[in-house]
Amino acid sequence: MITIKDLGFSYGERNVLKNINMTLEEGRIYGLLGENGVGKTTLLTLLCGLKKPQEGSVDADGHTPFKRETELLSSQYYLSDDVATVNMKAIDYAADYGRFWEGFSMEKFVSAMKDLETDPQLKMNKMSYGQLKKTYISFALACNAKFLYMDEPTNGLDIPSKAQFRKAVTKYTREDSIIVISTHQVRDLENIIDPIIILDRQDVLLNATIEEISKKLHFDYTNNRRPDSLYSEMIPGGSIQVSLNTDEQDSKVNIEALFNTVHLHKELIKGIFSK
Amino acid sequence: MEFNSNKSIYLQICDVICENILNGSLAPDARIPSVREYGAEIGVNPNTVMRAYEKLTNEGIIYNRRGIGYFINPQAKQIVLKSRRKEFLENELPEIIRRMKLLGIDPSELDIR
Repeated sequence: MITIKDLGFSYGERNVLKNINMTLEEGRIYGLLGENGVGKTTLLTLLCGLKKPQEGSVDADGHTPFKRETELLSSQYYLSDDVATVNMKAIDYAADYGRFWEGFSMEKFVSAMKDLETDPQLKMNKMSYGQLKKTYISFALACNAKFLYMDEPTNGLDIPSKAQFRKAVTKYTREDSIIVISTHQVRDLENIIDPIIILDRQDVLLNATIEEISKKLHFDYTNNRRPDSLYSEMIPGGSIQVSLNTDEQDSKVNIEALFNTVHLHKELIKGIFSK
Repeated sequence: MEFNSNKSIYLQICDVICENILNGSLAPDARIPSVREYGAEIGVNPNTVMRAYEKLTNEGIIYNRRGIGYFINPQAKQIVLKSRRKEFLENELPEIIRRMKLLGIDPSELDIR
């Protein structure tokens, strides 16, 4: 489990994160959403220990990430948004660097590369951005990490790879892992991210499972105007309207509409989701 | 798997399994994929698949053999038939009748074979 307590971080004068409190549970794939500049990447780098909390603390299974103890480092992986080119074949890179992770599996790496249709014999500095990204994604999945943080992993992926990515995230990760994926491309990750965390300027607006969200909010896709809707958006063939789910109706959560609803009604949403 | 309708994903997973029970492609006592296998196959969060399996288990459509997997209950087909017929008569048929009225189609025009 990851416990984040009163976490604060600023860049000079600019406060980015303040009073962040959250727990992240095993066996879940968290989707970390938020507008540009709210500190998604900062939060991920604090979780993996690349940055030191200025206020509060992060605890990952009893470890303080910033101490960078081998035991934790060998069971976590952070995939950054921009990936480094290396003058090495992908397969050699995996063999050389994979040994730092306790559970690294070459077999998984090769299999994930195959799923993502990337040749592991290619030199990484001769790859396109997408191929390089897929190499690092395969590497991240092959680490068998308990803690896996991915910053915008679907950026730069071609269309077939996005579907492959969704499948690979479940196929190659361990059952008890805590996965946190930050993204703007919610459509790329729809159906895979659950719970949803929505980060705002110095605030966490939402941290809830899809089940909890669908219990509290109703997503209406019909053409019937609902005067009580919190948010509505025209789509081809009708509209999406989000309202409070008062009569326990089941509906499909649309993450984009959820995001916009939460931003329009910050305090209301925080109120109905706080236990 | 294509998700088109506006039903929540876990219910759509239930629908697919029930459909396959009705058309015979899932026979009594057949094993269905594990939660993670199925999630990976269709690109859906394993917890969503788990929720679908829990619902089907509660309804007596599938059963769990601990450590081995999930299987189709021998009575599944009857259970699914009963609930699908009810669903059709109570929800789908009234909608069809409403559409027929809207379009001015008389039942005698239906060519039911």
